[in-house]
Amino acid sequence: MKVSERPFQALAREALADSQLRRNLGHATATIRKKRAAAVSELPDWEELREAGAAIKERALRHLDEYLVRLEESVTKAGGEVHWARDAREANRIVAGIAKGHGAREVVKVKSIATDEIGLNDHLAKEGIEAVETDLAELIIQLAGEESSHILVPAIHKNRAEIRELFREKLGAKDLSDDPRDLTETARRYLRERFLAAKVGISGANFAVAETGTVCVVESEGNGRMCTTLPEVLVTVMGIEKVVPTWRDLEVFMQLLPRSSTAERMNPYTSFWSGTSSGEGPREFHLVLLDNGRTQALSDPKGRQALRCIRCSACLNVCPVYERVGGHSYGSVYPGPIGAILTPQLTGLGRKGPDSLPYASSLCGACYEVCPVKINIPEVLIHLRGRVVRNRQDSGSPAAKLDPEGAAMRTLARTFADRRLYEAAQKLARAGQWPLARGGRIRRLPGPLSGWTAVRDLEAVPRETFREWWRRERG
Amino acid sequence: MRAALFITCFNDTLFPETGIATVKVLERLGVEVDFPREQTCCGQMHFNTGYQREAIPLVRRFVEVFSPYEVIVAPSGSCVGMVRELYPMAAGLAGDAALAREVEALAPRVFELSEFLVKKLGTTDVGAYYPHRVTYHPTCHSLRMIKVGDAPLRLLEAVRGIDLVELTEAEECCGFGGTFAVKNADTSAAMLADKVANVLSSGAEVCCASDNSCLMHIGGALSRQRTGVRTVHLAEILASEEER
Repeated sequence: MKVSERPFQALAREALADSQLRRNLGHATATIRKKRAAAVSELPDWEELREAGAAIKERALRHLDEYLVRLEESVTKAGGEVHWARDAREANRIVAGIAKGHGAREVVKVKSIATDEIGLNDHLAKEGIEAVETDLAELIIQLAGEESSHILVPAIHKNRAEIRELFREKLGAKDLSDDPRDLTETARRYLRERFLAAKVGISGANFAVAETGTVCVVESEGNGRMCTTLPEVLVTVMGIEKVVPTWRDLEVFMQLLPRSSTAERMNPYTSFWSGTSSGEGPREFHLVLLDNGRTQALSDPKGRQALRCIRCSACLNVCPVYERVGGHSYGSVYPGPIGAILTPQLTGLGRKGPDSLPYASSLCGACYEVCPVKINIPEVLIHLRGRVVRNRQDSGSPAAKLDPEGAAMRTLARTFADRRLYEAAQKLARAGQWPLARGGRIRRLPGPLSGWTAVRDLEAVPRETFREWWRRERG
Repeated sequence: MRAALFITCFNDTLFPETGIATVKVLERLGVEVDFPREQTCCGQMHFNTGYQREAIPLVRRFVEVFSPYEVIVAPSGSCVGMVRELYPMAAGLAGDAALAREVEALAPRVFELSEFLVKKLGTTDVGAYYPHRVTYHPTCHSLRMIKVGDAPLRLLEAVRGIDLVELTEAEECCGFGGTFAVKNADTSAAMLADKVANVLSSGAEVCCASDNSCLMHIGGALSRQRTGVRTVHLAEILASEEER
């Protein structure tokens, strides 16, 4: 999986310095937040729907082995072909092989974070195949040579003036205003030609039904529908956790997903297909089932709830951290709170980038409150922090032994474990602060604590602790 | 009624006046307050930063110290949240079924001050007088973890002389988050900047909350920027009385 080796802190620092980005993001997330809250408040049974969504996903994950095999049977029976991919390399090889087998030099793609996760576009480019993103926002970032910064609105970090400049330069649209209608019209004309020319379409999947072999794509533009119906060959790349047991289960998700993601009562363009049909749509259908770390995530009883995610991105929009640092700071195709718990589980721990992600949160809990499948993100963050630290401690590396944070934490834990030591430390803190405290305030702290005093004062330790007061007053 | 005061190490060391105010309010309402002296720290900082093996002895210690008491009250939503919501996870990690049972029995008896007053004692008017313009910041753990609801606001509304003003985006995190403020200092500062701007635009002279950790964070910036706006813990407002 593509993931940055740089820690979140470093990427966030750069993003925070971009005031245009903060403005764009602050405006966009505030708008979506308000709309979502209104859309959700219309449903009296919202909490029951969340419970149902969580339960269905849990069931699917608990019996994932059975449901996946059933899905394979159903899809095959309906005329499709199922491929199993252990990792990114296998998945890329399968997709490129299908495209090359049909002599395709260009493929059209729609909404697939899974294909971003495996870096499919780069792989296809190496094989001489150009992949054209057809979701408007994904087209924008593809033209800009950037990465997505939001699960649902990948170009959320760009405003329309920036998009106009991009289209002028890359699509040769000279007389272009920044009116959204003009911008979409330009994209539409460009994309229609691509749709009609492409022999192979590539999509992701929001859900796949084990019982019927039906694959589902949920989108807002209709471009996905073009992608999945016009080309002769359709390849869908799907994470194995997307399977749901029965057709009826979709009733729950078709209510949860649109309201959570785009604040719509009903999703505008929802495509369902089961295998192939004679006389319409693609003549060949391939479903690539991608593991790429998911089985590994499934083996963690506390962490695996992250696999319930239906990619609605409500957690991003309410996250005070995401709102300020944007998606690129998370160093992965999965940004925001869900990314902070999903990425390190998919890649595994022990590297600077993924290990920093569980700490990219103030644990405020806003994400858990809105999650339509009730993923307890703060709890998983804390759980993963524990795994990161234990992993470092148990590695036995010299760096881990000399780590000043670890040493400080061990000393503090020993102090807190003994009342006498604790009371002695309180006195020591009071006595030891004299070089720092001035007029009841500490304005500068050394070393790793200097981040605090960069923008904040610290109150000095008072002359008497509470317990000293209690003993003096109450004996 | 008798209640054991869980002062929290943070208040004990840095904000003793909050503890004194808590005792005053409880005693004014006829609650007998015990202070188990063996208490130290609940282990939240260690646990939430990932030093969970190190936190387990502190969890055991807390359970041992407070289990003899029927009711435990703390002037901190965050530390109560640790005990109620995360001790079960800690016990699970320790692989200790006996500890898990003890936690299960103890956790529902641990209350944050405002929820204890409103939900357990059924009081909103605690006889306080506080003639100042105050805005209330609902801290994340009070609001979303232990769900104190509008208990703090109902208590504040009943304070005589108070001018309670609304805080824009009140429910958004101030950016403290424990070691988050140090580990991700830049992001924390960006969140804090917006919180401080909202506090200032509220026109309040006092920003109040039920957690001194968040208040220390917000107050640190209010002090650095020489705004003249103070932070005061809810318990201290509730303890204030008209001088006779």
